[in-house]
Amino acid sequence: MELAGVATVAGFVLGTLCAVGLRSGGGMARLCSIYVEAIRNTPLLVQIFLVYFGLASLGLRLSAFVVAVLALTINVAAYTAEIMRAGLDSIPPGQIEAGECLGLSRVQLYWHVLLLPAMERVYPALASQFVLLMLASSVCSQISAEEMTAVANHVQSETFRPFEAFIVLAGLYIVLSVLMRAVFWLLGLALFPRRRRLGTAL
Amino acid sequence: MEIGQLNANHAAFLLQGAMWTVVLSAIACLGGGVLGMGVALCRVASSRFLRGASGAYVQLVQGTPPLVAMFLLYFGLPGIGFDVPALIAAGLALVVNVSAFLGEIWRGCIEAVPRPQWEAAECLALSRIQRLVKVILPQAVRIAVPPTVGFSVQVIKNTSLASVVGFVELARSGQIINNSLFQPFVVYAVIALVYFALCYPLSRWSRVLERRAGSWRRRPAGLATLAAP
Repeated sequence: MELAGVATVAGFVLGTLCAVGLRSGGGMARLCSIYVEAIRNTPLLVQIFLVYFGLASLGLRLSAFVVAVLALTINVAAYTAEIMRAGLDSIPPGQIEAGECLGLSRVQLYWHVLLLPAMERVYPALASQFVLLMLASSVCSQISAEEMTAVANHVQSETFRPFEAFIVLAGLYIVLSVLMRAVFWLLGLALFPRRRRLGTAL
Repeated sequence: MEIGQLNANHAAFLLQGAMWTVVLSAIACLGGGVLGMGVALCRVASSRFLRGASGAYVQLVQGTPPLVAMFLLYFGLPGIGFDVPALIAAGLALVVNVSAFLGEIWRGCIEAVPRPQWEAAECLALSRIQRLVKVILPQAVRIAVPPTVGFSVQVIKNTSLASVVGFVELARSGQIINNSLFQPFVVYAVIALVYFALCYPLSRWSRVLERRAGSWRRRPAGLATLAAP
């Protein structure tokens, strides 16, 4: 499941950058919105095939694992960008003006006034998106990346017990998604003191 | 017209695949919609048992990837003596998946109707069913339309998973063509384009609806961000 882990972190960083780009206006925003729309309107399976077989036919040979991480990252970054954009849009303009009045630099402004509070607000949506990403990583079994679904496939082709193998697999995914939710909840408590003290969503 | 070695026959084959994608999406949306309505109503029911059971169902389904559900139905059921055709297995897996997500979306919409509406209806001596059907649901539907249209995009994308159980829809027909042409980049780019053509109008429409709903009343927080890759 390191597949989903790597893709989560990389996708979050890329997606946040993209969200900032979306707000910057001009050509950059157009580029980012084309990227987001293109990814959000095509299935993950096709994206994975495109990256895996497409890159190979262009002469770039990558292992299935690298391709899987790459495709998942590209995919989840688009969704993260949309979520973060919503978060950034929810910051009242007055806050930014106040930050400017305090003489904050552009980087400080983005970090303290925009990104952190925005993240705090959209944190539940982000968490569920990343759980969905973990579930979506099952699709990577289709390009022979060694993850849980692929392993279950091996097991069932050796034992001829498909029903048992896949029931266990489904159970494992449920346990994993519950675990992930718990981890994100704890992480949220650790990261956002305001959320912890209020005990409610903002 | 030819792109690479793609000729008219391939285009016709792809079109046929696209048709099955649309059919499968329609099955998933309709079946999932009916079942999802039941789930949503159970989630707001007064009976604690119904609420608990439907909540567990949603947790269970949202915790498993649709791909695994398809494997389970298509490869798993024959293992214990039931034979299912690919269309049924894929359709059923999608219906179950869609019902859980739509059920949750619609529960949110029902709960987004302001509480005083319930209370006012109660003051008018309407029964619980009357309250729900005559007062709450008509208002909930207005809130529910944009996120539902948005979710149908996810459904179309999820039908691509049906290719793994050998059902010939858009993604699978692309694989078959690629197996004969060995031009993965061109073939999959075309497939992606067709999916985009199917999904983009729906996304645009949902965004327009959302904006319109926003001017009528602030949309409930968190609904628009619910999305499955």
